[in-house]
Parts: sequence; C-alpha cells; structure tokens
Amino acid sequence: MVIETGSVISNIKFASNVYLLTVELPQIASIAEPGQFCNIKVSGNSYPLLRRPFSIADVNGTHITFIFNIVGEGTEILSLKKMGNRINILGPLGQGFNYSLKIETAVVIAGGLGAAPFPFLIKVFNPKVEVLSFIGGRTENDLITFGMKNIFLSTDDGSAGLKGTVLDLVAQNQNLFHTNNTKIFACGPTPMLRAVKNYADKNKIDCELSVENVMACGFGVCQGCPIKKSNGDGYYLVCKDGPVFNALDIAI
Amino acid sequence: MSELNLEVQIGSLKLKNPVMLASGTVGYGNEISKFVDLSEIGAIVTKSISLKPRIGNPPQRIVETASGMLNAIGLANVGLDVFIEEKIPYLQNVGTILICNIAAGSIEEYVECTKVLDSIDTVKAFEINVSCPNVKDGGLIFGNDINAVRTITEQVRKVTDKPLIIKLSPNVSKIADFANAAKKGGADAVSAINTLVGTAFDIYSRKPKIKNITGGLSGPAIKPVALAKVFEISKNVDIPIIGIGGISNWKDAIEFMIAGAAAFQLGTINFVNPMAGIEILDGIKKFCRENSINNISDLTASYNLK
Repeated sequence: MVIETGSVISNIKFASNVYLLTVELPQIASIAEPGQFCNIKVSGNSYPLLRRPFSIADVNGTHITFIFNIVGEGTEILSLKKMGNRINILGPLGQGFNYSLKIETAVVIAGGLGAAPFPFLIKVFNPKVEVLSFIGGRTENDLITFGMKNIFLSTDDGSAGLKGTVLDLVAQNQNLFHTNNTKIFACGPTPMLRAVKNYADKNKIDCELSVENVMACGFGVCQGCPIKKSNGDGYYLVCKDGPVFNALDIAI
Repeated sequence: MSELNLEVQIGSLKLKNPVMLASGTVGYGNEISKFVDLSEIGAIVTKSISLKPRIGNPPQRIVETASGMLNAIGLANVGLDVFIEEKIPYLQNVGTILICNIAAGSIEEYVECTKVLDSIDTVKAFEINVSCPNVKDGGLIFGNDINAVRTITEQVRKVTDKPLIIKLSPNVSKIADFANAAKKGGADAVSAINTLVGTAFDIYSRKPKIKNITGGLSGPAIKPVALAKVFEISKNVDIPIIGIGGISNWKDAIEFMIAGAAAFQLGTINFVNPMAGIEILDGIKKFCRENSINNISDLTASYNLK
C-alpha cells in the first residue's frame, strides 16, 4: 500500500461510456494482486474531496489499467485525463482473489462494469486452468470483453448473445464444467452477485465475489464500507477485508 | 537563528508539536502508520471506545458532499476489553502521545471506561466524546445538554488525574457555554468541533443517501464554522482549545491556532491523504521560520481584530 503519483499513458474510450485508463505506477504495479483496487484522487483540490475506488483491471510491467464508466462528477473528471497528466493514486488495496488453487475450470461471471478486475486475474491463472467467461449486461453496449477468454454473452434485451441474465447463460452452459473442480469468480451489480451466491450454494461450487461499496479512505480507518457477515452480528469492511470475499462469508 | 520550539501545552499535557490526528480517522494507529511515522506527530486520538463492542450502523454509512462528507458510522468499535488486549500493545510502541476517546450511552459507562483505562500507562489523556450525532443512546443527547456535559466532566474527573479533554458539539446555540461547563467540571481542555448534523437525499428514489438519515458533516466544507466556534470559545472561556474541522493543509492549521487553538486535529483529510500530518508539520515549521516565530504556541489566539 503506497501513495504514488503517476503519468497517464493512455485514456481510451472504447464503448459508449466505458474508458480504459492506463497509468505509469511502478511501485503499485510491482506488488498488485488480481482483485485488489486503487483509490484515485481525480482532482488536485478539495472538489471532489474523496478518492474514488477502482479495480485494478490489468498490470503490464509498470503500467496499471483501470476500466471505468462515467457515473458522476469524479468519473467525468477522470474521463478527461490526457496522456502525461499526473494522477495521485493510493494502492494496491484490499484482499484479492485466491487464484493459485488446484482447479480445472475458472468460471468468470461479469455483469457490466464488473468485468473490470478480470483481465489481470485471467492472465495469472496457471495455463492448465480452463477459463470460461460469462459476460452479461442490459444491452450490447454494456458488454465488456477486454482481456477475457472463452467468452459467452448475455443481454437483458437480447441485443447480443443470450436474451436473459448472466446466470441463465451459466446454467445453459453448465455441461462445460464439473462442479467439484471448478471455482466461480464473480463481479457485478448486487442482484447479480446475490444470484451467483445462490447458484454456487445450490451447486456446492467454491465461489468468490468482488463486491462494491461507497468508501472514503480505502484502507480501513473510516469504517464507511461495511458488508454484513453471513454468520452472527457485525460487518466486514469491503476495503480491508474485501473487496473479494468467499461467497459463504457474506450476506448480500 | 534561534531554535524553533514546536511544543504546546494543553492543560497538564505537553505535546512535542500541535499536530494531532482525530478520533475516528486513524483507527487504532496501525493502518495510518503505514504512511506516517507516528512518532513525528504530536498525538493521536483513537477511535471512540465504549464499554462493550458496537457493530456500528448498517450501510450506507457515508456520502460525499460539496467539499465534505457525511458519515454515520455509529461508533463501531471493538469494545474496551479487546482494545486493551489487542490494540494497546501496538499503540505502546508508536512513539507518540496516545489519547483515548471514550463514547458512552450513560454517565456510568463514561466513568467505568475512564477508570479502567486510567490504570494503563500508555494512555496519556482522555477525550470524552459527548457529541457523536449518529447514535441514539448518548452522543448528542449529552452534547447539547449543558448540565450533562458538566456532570459527565465532573464524574470522569473523579476517576482520573490524567488530562481530560471534552469534545464539543457545534450543534448547540452557544458553544462557549458548553466549554465553560467543561471547564467548571474540571476539564483540562476542550476539542472543537465534532461534526455538524446534515443529510442528503437521492432525488430519484427520494430516499436519504445514508441509512441513518442524518450524519455528521466533516471536511473543508465545515472549516469556517469550526473556526468561528474556536474563536467564540477563545474569546469567552479561559481553557485550552484543540481546533478541529476541515483542516486540509498547513495554512488551515495556522488559521485555527490564530483563532484560538493551542493544538489542532486532522480528521477527514487523513482519508484522502494519510500523509497529511507530516506534510502539515513541515508546512508550519517553514511558516514559523519565514515569519520569525520562535515558539509556535505564540500563534495561539494571536488574532488581530483591529
């Protein structure tokens, strides 16, 4: 966990509202793990005040790539960054995916911008692990396939791939993997994660979820990002205990 | 050139410099120490401790506002026993003055917590939180009741000889009266201000943006209010003041000292820039040298109203 100010290498708009931001961050890149995130200060002054959390989408040498869409003022400012602009970034933060396990198949499930943490994850799997990527969105424009492998698509409106949810898509292709040596890695909107958790529970598949929450500090001091524990009272902090959790550990 | 003296005196508490890190923004010291050598800092104030653990409020707990943020964490903390067993051993070695912030739902709980912590050498002073806006029991019920502030101070005073700081709420009509009540109750100092009650709504769902409906506003947005409260206390009550409220850089810190603060605490800025404490310390040193100020304490209440 370091604070690093790096230069923008590129900031590419590659779908209607989706940006691929690459920043030179040698220190963070050298220690980042798939599933971790960075907390980015989008401006040099007190507006917006807080940093914005983004998954580490990919690491190439000293470069870190983030995928984001414009949802508010912070991401709008970020979308305007040009090559050479300097950005102050805190990271890598949180607990990433447990990927170095003996599994035959990795089922990656991404909803919309939930695709963000997966290019890095997919890259670090043992080459013997078969990756199946199930990508869902409301419409074709929401589908992000950057860095994905063996891609299956679904959309709510049927504009691309299967018309239905990403879980319908997984169920339809269940013959492609055995539940006992497969692990699910999922990231996306909370209703999707809830459905993935239920699916994994029902089929007894090991499953990790990358969850999202509003946060201020990103390193455990503000306690602004609680997520309910599945057992007993109390909360985990998404920033410090997550953002990746085993599906069995959290109530969503 | 004479040596710059950064020491400040807050009642019977001496700090090597006036930079303090505020309760609820540095946890129990371990996370922030990855960014800052805490031994450089004047003092840290730990997250409010209550007798029993509190799980805190359900999400959403925070929302950003214009140059500020609202929080309703709900005093989530590990409770007194775990604090002593697990947190104190780490805090023993951080090399700065440790001040324990105590929150409670009753006068008895304030007294009990203080009594237990009084026996721990590592704990050098107490900050009594009578002003959390985000819990139903205690908090502001005490914070805007002048008699309660006086009584709590008196009762806690009876069980400790360590420096006692009362953290005041800005959500009152005349904060100087509350500072005076703390003084009469035997407090060494007051810290001002805690957060301001605020809220925010989503215009589409028409729901409050935080689950608790209201939260405490902090950050640069509240700095002018905080300065006015510090100044009001300074003008009316003879008690050391620890200034808090939206300090983001060394200029803000100097401004609080001029308005009456003997020392100051950094809060929300720690979330954005965990190295702020050190950067601000460097900034005020430079300011003092450039302006021939040999004793930083000379800045306190040095306002010029002519």
